[in-house]
Amino acid sequence: MNELYLTARNPMVEPHLHAWGWEIPVYLFLGGWVAGILVLCGWALFKGRRYSAGSASFALASSGLFVLGLATLSAGMLALFLDLEHKTHVWRLYATFQPWSPMSWGAWILVLVYPVLVAGVLLEPPAALLAHVPALGAVTRRLNGDTRRRRAIGVVSMVAGVALGVYTGILLSALGARPLWSSALLGPLFLVSGLSAAAAFAHMVSPDREERETLARFDNLFLMLELAVIVLFLIGLANATAVHAQAAALLLGGPMTAVFWVGVVGLGIVLPLVIQSLAVTHRIAHTPVAPLLVLAGGLALRFVIVAAGQLSHWPRL
Amino acid sequence: MARLGMVIDTRRCVGCMDCVVACKTENGTPEGMNRDWITHALAGQYPTLSLTIRSERCNHCENPPCVSCCPTGASHVHDWGGVVLVDEHECIGCKACVASCPYDARYIHPDGYADKCTFCIHRVERGGQPACVSVCPARAMFFGDLDDPNSEVSRLLASRKHHTLQPEAGTRPHVFYLE
Repeated sequence: MNELYLTARNPMVEPHLHAWGWEIPVYLFLGGWVAGILVLCGWALFKGRRYSAGSASFALASSGLFVLGLATLSAGMLALFLDLEHKTHVWRLYATFQPWSPMSWGAWILVLVYPVLVAGVLLEPPAALLAHVPALGAVTRRLNGDTRRRRAIGVVSMVAGVALGVYTGILLSALGARPLWSSALLGPLFLVSGLSAAAAFAHMVSPDREERETLARFDNLFLMLELAVIVLFLIGLANATAVHAQAAALLLGGPMTAVFWVGVVGLGIVLPLVIQSLAVTHRIAHTPVAPLLVLAGGLALRFVIVAAGQLSHWPRL
Repeated sequence: MARLGMVIDTRRCVGCMDCVVACKTENGTPEGMNRDWITHALAGQYPTLSLTIRSERCNHCENPPCVSCCPTGASHVHDWGGVVLVDEHECIGCKACVASCPYDARYIHPDGYADKCTFCIHRVERGGQPACVSVCPARAMFFGDLDDPNSEVSRLLASRKHHTLQPEAGTRPHVFYLE
Protein backbone atom coordinates (compact mmCIF):
# COMPACT_ATOMS: atom_id res chain seq x y z
CA MET A 1 0.00 0.00 0.00
CA ASN A 2 1.25 3.45 -0.85
CA GLU A 3 -0.59 6.56 0.28
CA LEU A 4 0.32 10.18 -0.15
CA TYR A 5 -0.92 13.14 1.89
CA LEU A 6 -0.06 16.55 0.54
CA THR A 7 -0.45 19.71 2.59
CA ALA A 8 -0.41 23.24 1.17
CA ARG A 9 -0.52 22.29 -2.51
CA ASN A 10 -1.75 24.53 -5.28
CA PRO A 11 -5.30 24.45 -6.64
CA MET A 12 -4.27 23.97 -10.30
CA VAL A 13 -2.51 20.67 -9.62
CA GLU A 14 -4.84 19.09 -7.05
CA PRO A 15 -6.32 16.53 -7.14
CA HIS A 16 -4.77 16.36 -10.60
CA LEU A 17 -3.47 18.87 -13.15
CA HIS A 18 -6.22 20.95 -14.71
CA ALA A 19 -4.26 23.81 -16.25
CA TRP A 20 -6.13 23.73 -19.53
CA GLY A 21 -9.91 23.92 -19.89
CA TRP A 22 -12.07 24.05 -23.02
CA GLU A 23 -9.97 26.64 -24.82
CA ILE A 24 -6.99 24.45 -25.68
CA PRO A 25 -8.96 21.47 -27.11
CA VAL A 26 -11.01 23.93 -29.20
CA TYR A 27 -7.82 25.62 -30.41
CA LEU A 28 -6.20 22.27 -31.25
CA PHE A 29 -9.30 21.16 -33.16
CA LEU A 30 -9.68 24.38 -35.13
CA GLY A 31 -5.93 24.49 -35.84
CA GLY A 32 -6.05 20.90 -37.11
CA TRP A 33 -9.09 21.67 -39.25
CA VAL A 34 -7.29 24.64 -40.87
CA ALA A 35 -4.25 22.40 -41.39
CA GLY A 36 -6.47 19.97 -43.28
CA ILE A 37 -7.96 22.78 -45.39
CA LEU A 38 -4.45 24.02 -46.27
CA VAL A 39 -3.27 20.56 -47.31
CA LEU A 40 -6.37 19.69 -49.36
CA CYS A 41 -6.65 23.09 -51.05
CA GLY A 42 -2.89 23.14 -51.59
CA TRP A 43 -3.09 19.74 -53.25
CA ALA A 44 -5.94 20.96 -55.49
CA LEU A 45 -3.98 24.08 -56.45
CA PHE A 46 -0.91 21.99 -57.18
CA LYS A 47 -2.93 19.64 -59.38
CA GLY A 48 -4.33 22.60 -61.27
CA ARG A 49 -7.93 22.02 -60.22
CA ARG A 50 -10.20 24.99 -60.37
CA TYR A 51 -13.90 25.40 -59.88
CA SER A 52 -15.11 27.86 -62.45
CA ALA A 53 -18.71 28.45 -61.36
CA GLY A 54 -18.05 31.65 -59.48
CA SER A 55 -15.88 32.82 -56.67
CA ALA A 56 -16.11 32.10 -52.96
CA SER A 57 -17.68 28.68 -53.41
CA PHE A 58 -16.59 25.90 -51.09
CA ALA A 59 -14.97 23.80 -53.80
CA LEU A 60 -11.32 22.92 -53.31
CA ALA A 61 -8.91 25.55 -54.67
CA SER A 62 -11.65 28.16 -54.57
CA SER A 63 -11.52 31.04 -52.13
CA GLY A 64 -14.41 29.80 -49.97
CA LEU A 65 -12.39 27.25 -48.03
CA PHE A 66 -9.50 29.70 -47.63
CA VAL A 67 -11.93 32.31 -46.23
CA LEU A 68 -13.29 29.64 -43.91
CA GLY A 69 -9.70 28.76 -42.96
CA LEU A 70 -9.01 32.39 -42.05
CA ALA A 71 -12.15 32.58 -39.94
CA THR A 72 -11.52 29.21 -38.28
CA LEU A 73 -7.91 29.95 -37.50
CA SER A 74 -8.85 33.33 -36.06
CA ALA A 75 -11.48 31.64 -33.87
CA GLY A 76 -8.83 29.16 -32.75
CA MET A 77 -6.41 31.96 -31.97
CA LEU A 78 -9.14 33.67 -29.97
CA ALA A 79 -9.62 30.47 -27.95
CA LEU A 80 -5.86 30.31 -27.36
CA PHE A 81 -5.82 33.96 -26.34
CA LEU A 82 -8.69 33.40 -23.90
CA ASP A 83 -6.65 30.64 -22.28
CA LEU A 84 -3.70 32.91 -21.57
CA GLU A 85 -3.50 34.13 -17.98
CA HIS A 86 -1.30 37.14 -18.82
CA LYS A 87 -3.18 38.37 -21.89
CA THR A 88 -1.60 41.80 -22.20
CA HIS A 89 1.79 40.11 -22.64
CA VAL A 90 0.74 37.99 -25.64
CA TRP A 91 3.03 40.00 -27.93
CA ARG A 92 5.99 38.46 -26.11
CA LEU A 93 5.45 35.37 -28.29
CA TYR A 94 6.74 37.37 -31.23
CA ALA A 95 9.59 39.10 -29.44
CA THR A 96 11.66 35.91 -29.50
CA PHE A 97 12.05 32.47 -31.03
CA GLN A 98 12.66 29.59 -28.65
CA PRO A 99 13.83 26.62 -30.75
CA TRP A 100 13.07 24.00 -28.05
CA SER A 101 9.55 25.24 -27.43
CA PRO A 102 6.82 23.76 -29.67
CA MET A 103 4.56 26.65 -28.67
CA SER A 104 7.12 29.12 -30.01
CA TRP A 105 7.32 27.12 -33.24
CA GLY A 106 3.53 27.19 -33.39
CA ALA A 107 3.38 30.96 -32.95
CA TRP A 108 5.75 31.44 -35.88
CA ILE A 109 4.06 28.76 -38.02
CA LEU A 110 0.87 30.81 -37.67
CA VAL A 111 2.75 33.77 -39.14
CA LEU A 112 3.35 31.60 -42.23
CA VAL A 113 -0.19 30.23 -42.30
CA TYR A 114 -2.06 33.55 -42.39
CA PRO A 115 -0.35 34.86 -45.58
CA VAL A 116 -0.91 31.49 -47.28
CA LEU A 117 -4.62 31.66 -46.45
CA VAL A 118 -4.76 35.26 -47.66
CA ALA A 119 -3.00 34.27 -50.89
CA GLY A 120 -5.59 31.50 -51.31
CA VAL A 121 -8.38 34.04 -50.95
CA LEU A 122 -6.70 36.46 -53.36
CA LEU A 123 -6.48 33.80 -56.06
CA GLU A 124 -10.22 34.24 -56.45
CA PRO A 125 -11.51 36.96 -54.11
CA PRO A 126 -15.20 36.99 -53.19
CA ALA A 127 -17.12 39.39 -55.45
CA ALA A 128 -18.14 41.57 -52.49
CA LEU A 129 -14.52 42.00 -51.43
CA LEU A 130 -13.47 42.82 -54.98
CA ALA A 131 -16.24 45.42 -55.22
CA HIS A 132 -14.99 47.15 -52.07
CA VAL A 133 -11.29 46.92 -52.92
CA PRO A 134 -10.95 46.96 -56.72
CA ALA A 135 -7.16 47.15 -56.41
CA LEU A 136 -7.19 43.50 -55.41
CA GLY A 137 -8.05 42.67 -59.00
CA ALA A 138 -4.48 43.43 -60.07
CA VAL A 139 -3.09 41.16 -57.34
CA THR A 140 -5.47 38.39 -58.37
CA ARG A 141 -4.47 38.73 -62.04
CA ARG A 142 -0.81 38.59 -61.06
CA LEU A 143 -1.24 35.53 -58.84
CA ASN A 144 -3.23 33.74 -61.52
CA GLY A 145 -1.08 34.89 -64.40
CA ASP A 146 1.32 32.02 -64.13
CA THR A 147 0.41 28.37 -63.52
CA ARG A 148 3.69 27.87 -61.71
CA ARG A 149 2.70 30.59 -59.25
CA ARG A 150 -0.55 28.81 -58.42
CA ARG A 151 1.32 25.54 -58.04
CA ALA A 152 3.90 27.20 -55.78
CA ILE A 153 1.13 28.58 -53.56
CA GLY A 154 -0.27 25.04 -53.49
CA VAL A 155 3.03 23.57 -52.34
CA VAL A 156 3.53 26.24 -49.66
CA SER A 157 -0.05 25.66 -48.53
CA MET A 158 0.55 21.91 -48.14
CA VAL A 159 3.82 22.46 -46.26
CA ALA A 160 2.21 25.04 -43.94
CA GLY A 161 -0.75 22.71 -43.40
CA VAL A 162 1.41 19.72 -42.45
CA ALA A 163 3.52 21.91 -40.14
CA LEU A 164 0.43 23.34 -38.45
CA GLY A 165 -1.30 19.96 -38.09
CA VAL A 166 1.74 18.17 -36.69
CA TYR A 167 2.53 21.08 -34.36
CA THR A 168 -0.87 20.83 -32.66
CA GLY A 169 0.07 17.31 -31.56
CA ILE A 170 3.75 17.92 -30.79
CA LEU A 171 2.66 20.80 -28.55
CA LEU A 172 1.32 18.17 -26.15
CA SER A 173 3.81 15.36 -26.77
CA ALA A 174 6.72 17.64 -25.82
CA LEU A 175 5.32 17.81 -22.26
CA GLY A 176 6.91 14.62 -20.97
CA ALA A 177 5.58 15.09 -17.45
CA ARG A 178 2.20 13.83 -18.68
CA PRO A 179 2.77 10.22 -19.76
CA LEU A 180 -0.35 9.99 -21.93
CA TRP A 181 1.05 12.71 -24.17
CA SER A 182 4.51 11.12 -24.37
CA SER A 183 4.09 9.91 -27.92
CA ALA A 184 5.28 11.52 -31.14
CA LEU A 185 2.25 9.86 -32.76
CA LEU A 186 0.08 12.69 -31.41
CA GLY A 187 1.48 14.85 -34.24
CA PRO A 188 0.38 12.50 -37.06
CA LEU A 189 -2.85 11.74 -35.19
CA PHE A 190 -3.92 15.38 -34.97
CA LEU A 191 -2.79 16.00 -38.56
CA VAL A 192 -4.78 13.12 -39.99
CA SER A 193 -7.76 14.06 -37.82
CA GLY A 194 -7.51 17.62 -39.19
CA LEU A 195 -7.34 16.27 -42.75
CA SER A 196 -10.40 14.17 -42.04
CA ALA A 197 -12.31 17.17 -40.62
CA ALA A 198 -11.40 19.30 -43.65
CA ALA A 199 -12.31 16.57 -46.14
CA ALA A 200 -15.60 15.92 -44.31
CA PHE A 201 -16.56 19.58 -44.29
CA ALA A 202 -15.61 20.08 -47.94
CA HIS A 203 -17.49 16.87 -48.80
CA MET A 204 -20.56 18.34 -47.14
CA VAL A 205 -20.49 21.78 -48.77
CA SER A 206 -18.68 21.43 -52.10
CA PRO A 207 -20.87 22.57 -55.03
CA ASP A 208 -19.22 20.04 -57.33
CA ARG A 209 -20.74 16.55 -57.33
CA GLU A 210 -17.60 14.79 -58.57
CA GLU A 211 -15.51 16.60 -55.98
CA ARG A 212 -17.91 15.60 -53.22
CA GLU A 213 -17.47 11.98 -54.22
CA THR A 214 -13.67 12.30 -54.29
CA LEU A 215 -13.61 14.05 -50.91
CA ALA A 216 -15.79 11.37 -49.32
CA ARG A 217 -13.29 8.75 -50.53
CA PHE A 218 -10.43 10.89 -49.19
CA ASP A 219 -12.22 11.21 -45.87
CA ASN A 220 -12.67 7.44 -45.66
CA LEU A 221 -8.93 7.03 -46.19
CA PHE A 222 -8.16 9.63 -43.51
CA LEU A 223 -10.58 8.01 -41.06
CA MET A 224 -8.95 4.61 -41.57
CA LEU A 225 -5.52 6.18 -41.09
CA GLU A 226 -6.75 7.93 -37.95
CA LEU A 227 -8.01 4.64 -36.57
CA ALA A 228 -4.67 2.99 -37.34
CA VAL A 229 -2.69 5.79 -35.65
CA ILE A 230 -4.94 5.59 -32.57
CA VAL A 231 -4.27 1.83 -32.34
CA LEU A 232 -0.50 2.39 -32.73
CA PHE A 233 -0.62 5.21 -30.16
CA LEU A 234 -2.27 2.92 -27.60
CA ILE A 235 0.01 -0.04 -28.40
CA GLY A 236 3.05 2.20 -27.94
CA LEU A 237 1.89 3.51 -24.57
CA ALA A 238 0.55 0.20 -23.25
CA ASN A 239 3.86 -1.54 -23.98
CA ALA A 240 6.19 1.17 -22.66
CA THR A 241 6.92 1.72 -18.95
CA ALA A 242 4.39 1.00 -16.21
CA VAL A 243 3.77 4.75 -15.97
CA HIS A 244 2.83 4.94 -19.64
CA ALA A 245 0.76 1.76 -19.45
CA GLN A 246 -1.12 3.33 -16.55
CA ALA A 247 -1.73 6.41 -18.69
CA ALA A 248 -3.01 4.24 -21.57
CA ALA A 249 -5.29 2.51 -19.07
CA LEU A 250 -7.22 5.79 -18.74
CA LEU A 251 -8.53 5.00 -22.24
CA LEU A 252 -8.47 1.20 -21.83
CA GLY A 253 -10.76 0.58 -18.90
CA GLY A 254 -10.22 3.78 -16.93
CA PRO A 255 -12.43 6.85 -16.49
CA MET A 256 -12.05 8.16 -20.08
CA THR A 257 -12.76 4.82 -21.74
CA ALA A 258 -16.46 5.23 -22.55
CA VAL A 259 -16.23 8.73 -23.98
CA PHE A 260 -13.16 7.77 -26.00
CA TRP A 261 -14.40 4.52 -27.52
CA VAL A 262 -18.06 5.53 -27.93
CA GLY A 263 -17.71 9.24 -28.68
CA VAL A 264 -14.39 9.53 -30.51
CA VAL A 265 -13.90 6.12 -32.12
CA GLY A 266 -17.49 4.83 -32.46
CA LEU A 267 -19.46 7.94 -33.39
CA GLY A 268 -16.58 10.06 -34.68
CA ILE A 269 -14.72 7.54 -36.85
CA VAL A 270 -16.36 4.12 -37.34
CA LEU A 271 -19.98 5.21 -37.89
CA PRO A 272 -19.17 7.96 -40.44
CA LEU A 273 -16.74 5.56 -42.12
CA VAL A 274 -19.53 3.02 -42.53
CA ILE A 275 -22.03 5.66 -43.75
CA GLN A 276 -19.56 7.18 -46.22
CA SER A 277 -18.43 3.76 -47.46
CA LEU A 278 -22.06 2.94 -48.28
CA ALA A 279 -22.46 6.37 -49.91
CA VAL A 280 -19.40 6.17 -52.17
CA THR A 281 -20.46 2.71 -53.33
CA HIS A 282 -23.89 4.23 -54.12
CA ARG A 283 -25.84 1.99 -51.77
CA ILE A 284 -27.18 4.99 -49.87
CA ALA A 285 -27.37 8.69 -50.69
CA HIS A 286 -24.69 11.09 -49.41
CA THR A 287 -25.79 12.62 -46.13
CA PRO A 288 -24.42 15.50 -44.03
CA VAL A 289 -24.76 13.27 -40.96
CA ALA A 290 -21.42 11.55 -41.57
CA PRO A 291 -19.36 14.76 -42.02
CA LEU A 292 -21.00 16.32 -38.97
CA LEU A 293 -20.12 13.23 -36.94
CA VAL A 294 -16.52 13.46 -38.19
CA LEU A 295 -16.28 17.11 -37.10
CA ALA A 296 -17.80 16.35 -33.68
CA GLY A 297 -15.49 13.35 -33.34
CA GLY A 298 -12.42 15.47 -34.12
CA LEU A 299 -13.40 17.96 -31.43
CA ALA A 300 -14.11 15.14 -28.96
CA LEU A 301 -10.69 13.60 -29.71
CA ARG A 302 -8.94 16.81 -28.61
CA PHE A 303 -11.09 17.11 -25.49
CA VAL A 304 -10.40 13.50 -24.48
CA ILE A 305 -6.65 13.63 -25.17
CA VAL A 306 -6.20 16.95 -23.33
CA ALA A 307 -8.29 15.81 -20.34
CA ALA A 308 -6.75 12.32 -20.11
CA GLY A 309 -3.25 13.74 -20.43
CA GLN A 310 -3.87 16.03 -17.50
CA LEU A 311 -5.09 13.06 -15.48
CA SER A 312 -1.90 11.10 -16.16
CA HIS A 313 1.23 11.70 -14.07
CA TRP A 314 4.49 10.20 -12.89
CA PRO A 315 4.35 8.35 -9.55
CA ARG A 316 4.99 10.72 -6.66
CA LEU A 317 6.25 8.26 -4.03
CA MET B 1 30.39 28.60 -11.40
CA ALA B 2 28.24 27.64 -8.46
CA ARG B 3 25.52 25.02 -8.73
CA LEU B 4 23.06 25.64 -5.92
CA GLY B 5 21.21 22.76 -4.35
CA MET B 6 19.17 21.78 -1.34
CA VAL B 7 19.46 18.70 0.85
CA ILE B 8 16.58 17.64 3.09
CA ASP B 9 17.00 15.04 5.81
CA THR B 10 13.84 12.93 5.86
CA ARG B 11 14.92 11.40 9.19
CA ARG B 12 14.76 14.82 10.80
CA CYS B 13 11.80 16.44 9.04
CA VAL B 14 8.70 16.37 11.23
CA GLY B 15 6.37 18.13 8.78
CA CYS B 16 5.87 21.15 11.04
CA MET B 17 5.30 23.41 8.02
CA ASP B 18 7.58 26.12 9.32
CA CYS B 19 9.24 26.10 5.87
CA VAL B 20 5.85 26.65 4.21
CA VAL B 21 4.97 29.57 6.50
CA ALA B 22 8.46 31.12 6.21
CA CYS B 23 8.24 30.96 2.41
CA LYS B 24 4.83 32.59 2.34
CA THR B 25 6.02 35.31 4.68
CA GLU B 26 9.26 35.95 2.82
CA ASN B 27 7.83 35.89 -0.69
CA GLY B 28 4.32 37.20 -0.10
CA THR B 29 2.81 34.18 -1.84
CA PRO B 30 -0.90 34.79 -2.55
CA GLU B 31 -3.51 33.20 -0.33
CA GLY B 32 -4.28 29.60 -1.31
CA MET B 33 -1.03 29.22 -3.25
CA ASN B 34 2.30 27.84 -2.12
CA ARG B 35 5.86 27.67 -3.37
CA ASP B 36 6.63 24.75 -1.05
CA TRP B 37 4.52 22.11 0.61
CA ILE B 38 4.68 19.04 2.84
CA THR B 39 4.23 15.46 1.61
CA HIS B 40 3.54 12.53 3.91
CA ALA B 41 4.30 9.29 2.05
CA LEU B 42 2.97 6.20 3.77
CA ALA B 43 4.11 2.81 2.46
CA GLY B 44 3.75 -0.82 3.48
CA GLN B 45 1.08 -2.97 5.10
CA TYR B 46 -0.14 -2.64 8.67
CA PRO B 47 1.62 -3.16 11.08
CA THR B 48 4.84 -2.80 9.08
CA LEU B 49 4.29 0.71 7.81
CA SER B 50 6.85 3.37 7.05
CA LEU B 51 6.19 7.08 6.91
CA THR B 52 8.39 9.57 5.09
CA ILE B 53 7.83 13.29 5.51
CA ARG B 54 9.21 15.60 2.87
CA SER B 55 9.33 19.33 2.39
CA GLU B 56 8.93 19.73 -1.39
CA ARG B 57 9.31 22.58 -3.87
CA CYS B 58 10.64 23.30 -7.35
CA ASN B 59 13.63 21.00 -7.90
CA HIS B 60 15.59 23.57 -9.90
CA CYS B 61 16.40 20.81 -12.35
CA GLU B 62 19.56 20.67 -14.37
CA ASN B 63 17.44 19.63 -17.35
CA PRO B 64 14.34 21.75 -16.69
CA PRO B 65 11.38 20.91 -18.99
CA CYS B 66 9.66 24.12 -17.88
CA VAL B 67 12.47 26.14 -19.43
CA SER B 68 12.63 24.25 -22.72
CA CYS B 69 8.87 24.43 -23.31
CA CYS B 70 8.52 28.15 -22.52
CA PRO B 71 7.62 30.01 -25.73
CA THR B 72 8.92 33.40 -24.59
CA GLY B 73 12.01 32.57 -22.57
CA ALA B 74 10.30 33.82 -19.38
CA SER B 75 11.26 30.56 -17.67
CA HIS B 76 15.03 30.57 -17.60
CA VAL B 77 18.09 29.33 -15.78
CA HIS B 78 19.67 32.09 -13.73
CA ASP B 79 23.19 33.13 -14.72
CA TRP B 80 24.51 32.23 -11.29
CA GLY B 81 23.79 29.03 -9.39
CA GLY B 82 21.69 27.21 -12.00
CA VAL B 83 18.49 28.36 -10.29
CA VAL B 84 15.34 28.13 -12.43
CA LEU B 85 13.43 31.42 -12.40
CA VAL B 86 10.46 33.07 -14.12
CA ASP B 87 10.56 36.59 -15.50
CA GLU B 88 7.01 37.73 -14.75
CA HIS B 89 7.24 40.49 -17.36
CA GLU B 90 7.94 37.99 -20.15
CA CYS B 91 5.45 35.34 -19.05
CA ILE B 92 2.21 35.15 -21.08
CA GLY B 93 0.54 32.66 -18.73
CA CYS B 94 0.21 29.88 -21.31
CA LYS B 95 0.64 27.24 -18.57
CA ALA B 96 2.88 25.00 -20.68
CA CYS B 97 5.42 25.10 -17.84
CA VAL B 98 2.76 24.12 -15.32
CA ALA B 99 1.90 21.08 -17.46
CA SER B 100 5.55 20.24 -18.16
CA CYS B 101 6.65 19.99 -14.52
CA PRO B 102 6.64 16.39 -13.25
CA TYR B 103 6.65 17.75 -9.68
CA ASP B 104 3.64 20.05 -10.13
CA ALA B 105 5.72 22.78 -8.52
CA ARG B 106 4.22 25.74 -10.37
CA TYR B 107 1.07 27.75 -10.04
CA ILE B 108 -0.40 30.76 -11.78
CA HIS B 109 -0.12 33.92 -9.74
CA PRO B 110 -3.37 35.94 -9.56
CA ASP B 111 -1.56 38.59 -11.64
CA GLY B 112 -1.37 36.06 -14.50
CA TYR B 113 2.20 34.82 -14.57
CA ALA B 114 3.66 31.44 -13.62
CA ASP B 115 5.26 31.41 -10.20
CA LYS B 116 7.26 28.99 -8.06
CA CYS B 117 10.15 28.61 -5.62
CA THR B 118 13.21 30.74 -6.44
CA PHE B 119 15.50 29.23 -3.78
CA CYS B 120 15.07 32.77 -2.34
CA ILE B 121 17.71 33.92 -4.79
CA HIS B 122 17.28 37.50 -3.52
CA ARG B 123 18.52 36.35 -0.10
CA VAL B 124 21.15 33.92 -1.42
CA GLU B 125 22.77 36.55 -3.63
CA ARG B 126 23.27 38.64 -0.49
CA GLY B 127 24.97 35.71 1.23
CA GLY B 128 21.90 34.44 3.07
CA GLN B 129 19.98 31.18 3.07
CA PRO B 130 16.54 30.46 1.62
CA ALA B 131 13.84 31.40 4.13
CA CYS B 132 12.67 27.80 4.52
CA VAL B 133 16.18 26.58 5.36
CA SER B 134 16.85 29.39 7.80
CA VAL B 135 13.78 28.65 9.93
CA CYS B 136 13.76 24.83 9.98
CA PRO B 137 13.54 24.01 13.72
CA ALA B 138 14.58 20.38 13.16
CA ARG B 139 17.70 21.39 11.23
CA ALA B 140 16.52 19.09 8.46
CA MET B 141 17.27 21.44 5.57
CA PHE B 142 20.62 22.37 4.09
CA PHE B 143 21.54 24.65 1.21
CA GLY B 144 24.74 25.36 -0.65
CA ASP B 145 26.96 24.86 -3.66
CA LEU B 146 26.87 21.33 -5.04
CA ASP B 147 30.06 22.02 -7.01
CA ASP B 148 32.03 22.86 -3.87
CA PRO B 149 33.22 19.56 -2.35
CA ASN B 150 33.62 21.23 1.04
CA SER B 151 30.11 22.66 1.22
CA GLU B 152 27.75 21.15 3.78
CA VAL B 153 25.42 19.87 1.06
CA SER B 154 28.27 18.16 -0.83
CA ARG B 155 29.57 16.51 2.35
CA LEU B 156 26.09 15.27 3.28
CA LEU B 157 25.54 13.83 -0.20
CA ALA B 158 28.96 12.17 -0.08
CA SER B 159 28.32 10.57 3.29
CA ARG B 160 24.60 9.72 3.34
CA LYS B 161 22.35 7.63 1.14
CA HIS B 162 20.03 9.93 -0.76
CA HIS B 163 17.64 10.17 -3.66
CA THR B 164 15.88 12.73 -5.83
CA LEU B 165 12.20 12.75 -6.76
CA GLN B 166 11.19 10.95 -9.95
CA PRO B 167 14.71 10.50 -11.35
CA GLU B 168 13.11 8.54 -14.21
CA ALA B 169 11.68 11.83 -15.51
CA GLY B 170 15.25 12.70 -16.55
CA THR B 171 15.18 16.20 -15.10
CA ARG B 172 18.25 15.83 -12.79
CA PRO B 173 16.84 17.68 -9.74
CA HIS B 174 18.95 19.85 -7.46
CA VAL B 175 16.89 18.99 -4.39
CA PHE B 176 18.06 15.83 -2.64
CA TYR B 177 16.47 13.77 0.14
CA LEU B 178 18.61 12.00 2.69
CA GLU B 179 17.28 8.56 3.65
